[in-house]
Amino acid sequence: MTIQIRKGKRATEPQCLGSQRSLNSEDLLFPNQTGDSKAAVYFQLSNGRFRPPPAHRLIAHHIVDTIAPIFFRVSRTMWLPLRLTLLLLFLLLSPRALLRSGSAAVVSGEEEEFHEELLLKPLPDRKVLAHFHFHSIAPPSKSNGRHHHLFPKAISQLVLFPSSVPFAMWSDLDLILNFLFRLLNNCFSSSRKYDVFLIVFALIGVIVGEFLSFGQVQKFRVKEMELSFTQGRWNYERWGGFDPISSNNAKPPGVELWAVFDVPEDQVDAYWKNLTNSLSGLFCASINFLESSTMYSAPKWSFRITPGRLRYGTLPREAVCTENLTPWLKLLPCRDKAGLAALLDRPSIYKGFYHSQRLYLTSNASVPAETVSGISLEQTLTVVLQPNSPSSSSIHSGESNFQPSWSLSSIFGRKISGKCVLAQSSIVYLQLEKSIFSEQKDNMDNGPNSLASEGFAGGSGFEMSLDPDIVIEEENQSQHKGSSVLYGFWVEKYNESQPFDLGLKWKYPVFWSSRQAPLHASRFLMGSGNERGAIAILFKSANSADSSSGSRHVSDGCELQVDVFQVVPWYIKVYYHSLQIFVDDEAKPIGDFVHKIQVSPSKDKTSPGMMEMLLKLPCDVRSAALTLEFDKGFLHIDEYPPDANQGYDIPSAVISFPSFHSVMHLLSNDSIRKSPLLSRFQEKNRVQSYTEVLLVPLTTPDFSMPYNVITITCTVFALFFGSLLNVLRRRVGEEERYLKAGKKKGWLRVLLSRLLAKLRGKPMEEPDQPSSESAPLIGKKLVLKVILVAVLAVAWQFYST
Amino acid sequence: MATANTEEEKSKSEQQKNHGGGGGFTRWAVLAVIFRLILIYFPGNLNLSSRPEVSTPLTSIRRLAEGYWLKQSSMSPYAGSMYHGSPLLLSVLGPLTVKRTILTYSVANAELKGSLVTFYAVGCSLVFVLADLISGILIRATGWKLQMTYRKSLKSLNLLNKSTDSGGLSSGDIAALVYLWNPFTIVACVGLSTSPVENLFTILTLYGAATGIAPLAAFGWVMATHLSLYPAILIIPVILLLGYGPDAPPSKLFRSKENGKVGDDTSSQDIIFSWGRVLHLLVWTSMWSVYVLVLCSISVKQHSSLQEMFQRTYGFILTVEDLSPNIGVLWYFFAEVFDFFRDFFLIVFHSNILFMILPLAIRLKHRPCFLAFVYIAISSMLKSYPSVGDPALYLGLLGLFLDELADMQFSFFLFCGYVGVSLLSPVMHNLWIWRGTGNANFYYATAMAYACFQIVLVVESVSSMLNHDRKLMKLSASKLQK
Repeated sequence: MTIQIRKGKRATEPQCLGSQRSLNSEDLLFPNQTGDSKAAVYFQLSNGRFRPPPAHRLIAHHIVDTIAPIFFRVSRTMWLPLRLTLLLLFLLLSPRALLRSGSAAVVSGEEEEFHEELLLKPLPDRKVLAHFHFHSIAPPSKSNGRHHHLFPKAISQLVLFPSSVPFAMWSDLDLILNFLFRLLNNCFSSSRKYDVFLIVFALIGVIVGEFLSFGQVQKFRVKEMELSFTQGRWNYERWGGFDPISSNNAKPPGVELWAVFDVPEDQVDAYWKNLTNSLSGLFCASINFLESSTMYSAPKWSFRITPGRLRYGTLPREAVCTENLTPWLKLLPCRDKAGLAALLDRPSIYKGFYHSQRLYLTSNASVPAETVSGISLEQTLTVVLQPNSPSSSSIHSGESNFQPSWSLSSIFGRKISGKCVLAQSSIVYLQLEKSIFSEQKDNMDNGPNSLASEGFAGGSGFEMSLDPDIVIEEENQSQHKGSSVLYGFWVEKYNESQPFDLGLKWKYPVFWSSRQAPLHASRFLMGSGNERGAIAILFKSANSADSSSGSRHVSDGCELQVDVFQVVPWYIKVYYHSLQIFVDDEAKPIGDFVHKIQVSPSKDKTSPGMMEMLLKLPCDVRSAALTLEFDKGFLHIDEYPPDANQGYDIPSAVISFPSFHSVMHLLSNDSIRKSPLLSRFQEKNRVQSYTEVLLVPLTTPDFSMPYNVITITCTVFALFFGSLLNVLRRRVGEEERYLKAGKKKGWLRVLLSRLLAKLRGKPMEEPDQPSSESAPLIGKKLVLKVILVAVLAVAWQFYST
Repeated sequence: MATANTEEEKSKSEQQKNHGGGGGFTRWAVLAVIFRLILIYFPGNLNLSSRPEVSTPLTSIRRLAEGYWLKQSSMSPYAGSMYHGSPLLLSVLGPLTVKRTILTYSVANAELKGSLVTFYAVGCSLVFVLADLISGILIRATGWKLQMTYRKSLKSLNLLNKSTDSGGLSSGDIAALVYLWNPFTIVACVGLSTSPVENLFTILTLYGAATGIAPLAAFGWVMATHLSLYPAILIIPVILLLGYGPDAPPSKLFRSKENGKVGDDTSSQDIIFSWGRVLHLLVWTSMWSVYVLVLCSISVKQHSSLQEMFQRTYGFILTVEDLSPNIGVLWYFFAEVFDFFRDFFLIVFHSNILFMILPLAIRLKHRPCFLAFVYIAISSMLKSYPSVGDPALYLGLLGLFLDELADMQFSFFLFCGYVGVSLLSPVMHNLWIWRGTGNANFYYATAMAYACFQIVLVVESVSSMLNHDRKLMKLSASKLQK
């Protein structure tokens, strides 16, 4: 296969400082402002310099600037203790600061990078996929502490490098020192009486501040994290299930968050809770609901192969809107003011069929041998849009099988007016399936080599409004239909006067289909009523011919591995013993196909149920189904959401195929290697897909009834208690004695008279008992009773609070 | 509460007067077993095993199967909130719950056709049928014993001729047949709830105590308490039974008889509280409890602990965690009550059982067996997760006191009420859960009505038993006066 580079040169040199300032100094400042107000102080202190100098230089500068005059003045005006204090302070702080600056000088030289890329891809069902890929890389934090040039500070705070804890801590020192010395300067210049107190306060401030900042830095220790906001469902059958975009960027509806932490196992939950809360604030979403232990789980092996202290949580019902997109855009150095992100016109991207914004963060700084730089932040936005083809441009617009022609301006309503100046690369790719060309060949009877020529792109099947700068072809051993061609366009060539507006015009109706995952997974509910049901996961072979003629050879021992990872909320009480498996419509024993299963059953109001399963199906399987029965739980009246009758969502199951990898084999080239998007495509990731979110209606109690229920139930219990006690305390024996004694009273009357007597406080007239003794006795009893009740009440109050 | 069956039986067995209806009982007991076997033969256990009336979180066989599955896959059976029963039950019944599937599924057109019907092996049902049969036999034996001693004591009071003119069938036979033919028992047995086993141990306790076999009573009590917490309060009737002997007329009668008309002083020789037997019982109880605990710890030690077991069984019973509907009233109450008051009401409802223990024990100490019946009835009414197995037990025991409770009020009303509630409750449940046309209050209303009927039954039976004693006293007084 060949690669053609039309115009391979790119200006990779960073822009000069002046142009940065003139263009968007505000943007430059912004990412640092989001996280920490100290950064703003920093800029003020550095006297209007927009690009902050490396921190170590600043420290040295300040030490030289401020210490000398202070000591001079101190020696002149102040007394000995103060001098000693200052000396102590200096000795305490300066060696480490110097050490820090010394070590930082060694590492300096690495630059933060930012890349922006956009991949456009027509989809078989007349839609267009736009995949924005923004990549920010920050070198290890040793070089410039917690201060970044391009990298968003809010994100970098999510990562802590264990090897550089003291440096992270001391990196604030310059600010504090600066403040302190300024304070001292003021003090000494005015030479007040209470200067000592001020200095002591400042000292305390330093210590407290360091402790605080130390705690703040240590809040999250994220090693790897992925957060996605998605609306709509990725259509695996039409839009493909095998390529890297569908495996990496097709996400379940709502919010999905997983993170790997670099802390001991027993602290992971606490760190996860902190992380969810801070992300919730950062992205204006209800991610903090994932804090509850009923919402997240810890998959062992099915979700990701690499072991780690992983936590996984989803919010299937989270509505995604611009309020989530804006903070996401704020993390970009140019926001949506310039560069590719300027295309993101809110109405047009939210109009689409699928919208997924994703944030993927890795930090490998804990591994010193790692060649990759410290933190890498990958922000992707994947949208599937329906181009509204102008009827005038196409002659055959009436025909349904004609692919719509589109351009960037028709899809997004905007054009790209140049790259983001801070970006090292800014490329737009157009990806086309190779099967289009083969069809073209069939249709047009072209020569076999027409593919590799520019005459094709300009000539036959379709027409691009701009000439590509680079054409990359997927290297493919077996010529099946998955492979594709990429056309690259350098955006930096374009500017305000000549905006970039790529258009694609189809000349002939073409058909193709995206490459499918070996099995197409779907999930549905069975059963009716609100008492119980069953979850079924159905695998259907995407294309039996394809799966057999793929990389795997057909033989008796051929096995297709499928990982299933499913989390169900606790109120769906799954009976895992009821797992059944049907292969090709026949019920089969579980042991034959389930190679490995791990279940952590749900605990009421504590943890969700999680199932991880490794299936090994024969390669020639047509369909396979798993069923699990469940009982629906009943919740407390307070646990129902406001729209209780809508039902509850069971998050998507994750189906992955460990033996299949979604790799694009592109012929290696410098330009490809520098492009984060393409290098991401070339990574070996297993094919993964998400199933549907299930909506389970749950029974509701009557929400208006609590008082009625409480009163009625209590009445019945009172009825029981009272009537039974009444039956028991009827003293018929006494009554008989009275009868015998000749008093012809009914027992009821006796009771009544006794009751009346009690009420009056007088003992009943009985011949045996003298009344004078019993009256105070009753009084005593009464007092005792009252005291007893009071003691009980106090005890109750004491223990209940 | 005499059901139609027993009425029939009564009339039939009048022919064999002197035999005490032994042949009739055997025939009907065998018929009851055959009837159960026929019902078991129906596929899917008539879907009874998932009825809320039959399977509570404590008695459900599906949960037991899940616990067994968890145990088999080397996890704690109490992991998750599925199983809340005893580990011993799990090791006995667990292997019998191995699932059989009927291969009537077809995956066609992307839809699973056919219904999900899972079968548990017949072995499990046979265990429950056997438990029911043994319970019936034990009830009958208890009834015989009670009747014998009661007649003896009446004879000693010269009151026998008064109460021998009841029907030909002895009350023990009637009670056993009521138990065996009670639709509640049949449903609980066929629906594979574990309550027949729990009932068996409760009845075993009573049998052992009534016949004076302290080790057996201790074993039954320990097992019943272990399986479901509530039989713990039966320790009082059991002690009374062993101490005083089976039910007898009030001790005052004997005293007054002995001492002629004077009778308000001196100790009576007849009724001595035999501390020896009670001590015997306590020793055996502690031995059995240690034994059961050791067995439990052996069976749970691999993946969990005894503490977890107690937390998951007794703790689950006491803090009403599961709010799925059942025939009691607590589920709806705790689903609706404000969280702030939850603990308070938990204490109130549980102490409602405890509060009644002492007054009842004082008033009915001469009739420990009846006291046990009242305790069982009260606890099955105030239970956190009642199932139809509980009324089955106390309705069966009620038959033991047929002679004494002959003039009970409202018995027809109660009979109609029980029938009505047991017919209406499934209808309301269906309307609420399956059709969605009713709401929770419908079902709750039937539960409320059921609770009221139970209250009336308990109160009326206690009251009529006390009245019966009064009548006896009057009778003996009149005889003495003669």
